Amino acid sequence: MRYSAWSLLRGAMSGHRHWVPAWADATRRSNYDVIIVGGGGHGLAAAYYLAKNHGVTNVAVLERGWIGGGNTGRNTTIVRSNYLFPESARLYDFSLKLYESLSQDLNFNIMLSQRALVMLAHSRHDLDSMSRWANAMRMNGIVAELVTAAEVGAMAPALDLSSNARLPVLGGFVQRRAGTARHDAVAWGYARAASALGVHIIQNCEVRGFVLESGKVAGVDTSQGVIRAGRVGIAAAGHSSVLAKLAGFRLPVTSYALQAMVSEPIKPILDTVVLSPGTGAYVSQSDKGEIVMGAMLDLFPSYAQRGSFAVKQAIIAAVLALFPSFSRLQLLRQWAGIVDVVHDSSPIIGPTPVPGLYINCGWGTGGFKAIPVGGWTLAHVLATGKSHALAEPFQLQRFIDGRLIDEAAASGIAH
Amino acid sequence: MMRIPCICCGPRDENEFVCGGTSHIERPALEAGDETWGGYLFFRDNPKGVHLERWRHVQGCGRWFNLVRNTVTHEVLSVYAMTEAPPRERSASMPEPPP
Repeated sequence: MRYSAWSLLRGAMSGHRHWVPAWADATRRSNYDVIIVGGGGHGLAAAYYLAKNHGVTNVAVLERGWIGGGNTGRNTTIVRSNYLFPESARLYDFSLKLYESLSQDLNFNIMLSQRALVMLAHSRHDLDSMSRWANAMRMNGIVAELVTAAEVGAMAPALDLSSNARLPVLGGFVQRRAGTARHDAVAWGYARAASALGVHIIQNCEVRGFVLESGKVAGVDTSQGVIRAGRVGIAAAGHSSVLAKLAGFRLPVTSYALQAMVSEPIKPILDTVVLSPGTGAYVSQSDKGEIVMGAMLDLFPSYAQRGSFAVKQAIIAAVLALFPSFSRLQLLRQWAGIVDVVHDSSPIIGPTPVPGLYINCGWGTGGFKAIPVGGWTLAHVLATGKSHALAEPFQLQRFIDGRLIDEAAASGIAH
Repeated sequence: MMRIPCICCGPRDENEFVCGGTSHIERPALEAGDETWGGYLFFRDNPKGVHLERWRHVQGCGRWFNLVRNTVTHEVLSVYAMTEAPPRERSASMPEPPP
């Protein structure tokens, strides 16, 4: 059924009994054309685009927990495309463009709010590097505007704009098309649209091994038994190395906890997204009124999804240096994801050493904004056997050839 | 907050330390091919569970040491010196705190 104002009205007249589950609770088959391991945003998007773009509908998404329960449900909901290199610019802006029409494409309100992203400069050095960064974006055809301290102040008056601020605001740059989207809705929207096209979404199904025949992938061994498929795509973020080990290869991935937290809900005080590269902190206000905060990794390998108080303190210290009035707020909830960090903070999308097995990983702390393009390009390689043009620079092989796309160093984004 | 058993100073809060990643990665010979060199630089086991890793007590004695630590529970199972081989027994064997 289509969601619309009319279906709401019809429901209002009939006691809202006409609603159907958003996606089918499919009965698992013993074989499919394609299996996707990982029911987060990237996996669900890949399943949707396999069906939508390539007509491949005999697909199962296997999720060991509940869909969107991993990093997709744990991020700070920021979408943006302010990267440095041309390869990255193409990749992330393609994703942002897909986000811009996603609610219509999926017939599901993902609550995209293009409220802009303001990057803060706290020193002359910051101002210089922001100029370089904004100009690189413009040379790649993405609009970015350098702004003065006064203009930043007008966009986010709750910032400490005084001359003796701990983190003086000297200016910055803005990507106006950037903003936030409701993370759960992205997972549910893709799940519903994929399910409507015939994709099976199977939860509580953990992959415990890969079935290999003559060295090629022939299926997966799961907590619900063996499921066969000639093509398998892994989209499991922080658990990528675990799955790679089951298939007999390694990845250049280390898994870390990335924390996020929200304050109690308050009246509107911040209607844009603020990011301070100098501290690594990023802040926005949700539609419920919570101040949503995140910053640096807990810098030791972890699959714990909870992070330490030492880093919480560092995140909050950074946020309060930017927004002193927030010191009066109570912290409501905190959590962490498991992020798959690679050395150049750029993704890996393509074949693995096992024929028929493909992977989409390495997004680190920046996977949410890339759900549409990650799904699009994983679907492409699963359907055609060839990398999409956008994904060509982002192959596993680059770690052997040395051709890294070094966004970590280049744009100062802590991935 | 993890308590890291510094091999010199005894248990201290985790934020006195820096984690130096996986232990026992050996640099290949300079004549090694791209595959080996790339493997050495970038590819990791990244285990979900018991991990052998290097830590440095930067806000203390400055010493490097090895830990056997669980990446899921964060439990520290063992500590051993930088030049020691990893312990066969992965049981809790914390050093005595200094007198």
